[in-house]
Amino acid sequence: MFNVATGGRRRRAFCTMAVCVAVITKENYPLYISNVPAANELKFHYTVHTSLDVVEEKLSAVGKTTSDLRELYLGLLYPTEDYKVYPLMCETHPPSTPPPPPIPIFVGDGMVFRSCPRAHAFESRYGYVANTKVKFVIVIDSSNTSFRDNEIRSMFRKLHTAYTDVMCNPFYTPGDPIQSKTFDDVISSMMQVC
Amino acid sequence: MQHNKRNSRKRKGNGFHDVEPGEGARMADEALFEFLHMEVISYIFKSIEKDDSDNGKCTAKLEGMGFRVGQGLVERFTRDIPRFKDELDIMKFVCKDFWAGIFKKQIDNLRTNHQGVYVLQDNRFRLLTQISAGKQYMEHAPKFLAFTCGLVRGALSNLGVNSIVTAEVSLLPACKFQVMMQRV
Repeated sequence: MFNVATGGRRRRAFCTMAVCVAVITKENYPLYISNVPAANELKFHYTVHTSLDVVEEKLSAVGKTTSDLRELYLGLLYPTEDYKVYPLMCETHPPSTPPPPPIPIFVGDGMVFRSCPRAHAFESRYGYVANTKVKFVIVIDSSNTSFRDNEIRSMFRKLHTAYTDVMCNPFYTPGDPIQSKTFDDVISSMMQVC
Repeated sequence: MQHNKRNSRKRKGNGFHDVEPGEGARMADEALFEFLHMEVISYIFKSIEKDDSDNGKCTAKLEGMGFRVGQGLVERFTRDIPRFKDELDIMKFVCKDFWAGIFKKQIDNLRTNHQGVYVLQDNRFRLLTQISAGKQYMEHAPKFLAFTCGLVRGALSNLGVNSIVTAEVSLLPACKFQVMMQRV
């Protein structure tokens, strides 16, 4: 399509929709979780919580491999194609197989939920662990565009800078939930870059 | 022509050496910290009644202040540094980058027994140089080390290492900080 504004060159879709950003302490409890849209908050809590396992695994694997063991950025944790299940999110089959009919799923404590395939969403999670063992997890909705590693890295850098500023605030006690307006602004700017 | 005029105007002026704003800020900030530190110590010790038993409380307050500051500082300093390999790596960071960032010099000597005890020796500790250069005022020296002990403890705690930091001084302005790692 001829785009008059850019003189005829096609404008690249430069759109990164972070749907959830989380800051987790080294004791593995969240200091800050924010998501867009505001519904389905519980689902994102679960998402972030399950990503922690992958983060720990990557951290402990660092001792064994020699490549990239000094990196703070952990990269793609794992992509998921998930059915929107109430109330528990579950991983499903790879895209090649057809979606299964609704099935009951047993959860550890004996409760049963029905999975209802509603919508497919491709969500990728990225992790980053600072030297002070604080973990950042960003969940990206990857259904609209593919994006480059560098964009994610720059998002994490911004996040780390904002977190450092919160940490240096003398009125902030480490370990408390983050309630800074400036921090909120930085996060919302990251979640609506479009 | 215009350029020369501007330069000559800069060079004049009451005999003061004109300094770029950024440079001035860099030159003054160490003195600011030293003065503030001295005043904090003086304030805390004056605010107790003439009661010797409270000496421990004052030192603890100073150490607590240093702890919180150390946590924030280390967050800033470790932002761009690759992940630490082990405890020794962390201690080397404290001796080099951390000390240089705060006191504009590195620790002169680091010793360890490889079992969790480290001794950091600074032969010209920044906060003691203005006090004396020998044995005078020795009894006041520990007050000036409490904040820095807290600084180190806070930095280590934020990096995931629990420790106890003490300091001793035998000849001003040299002093030694002893770090004992606490293993759970």
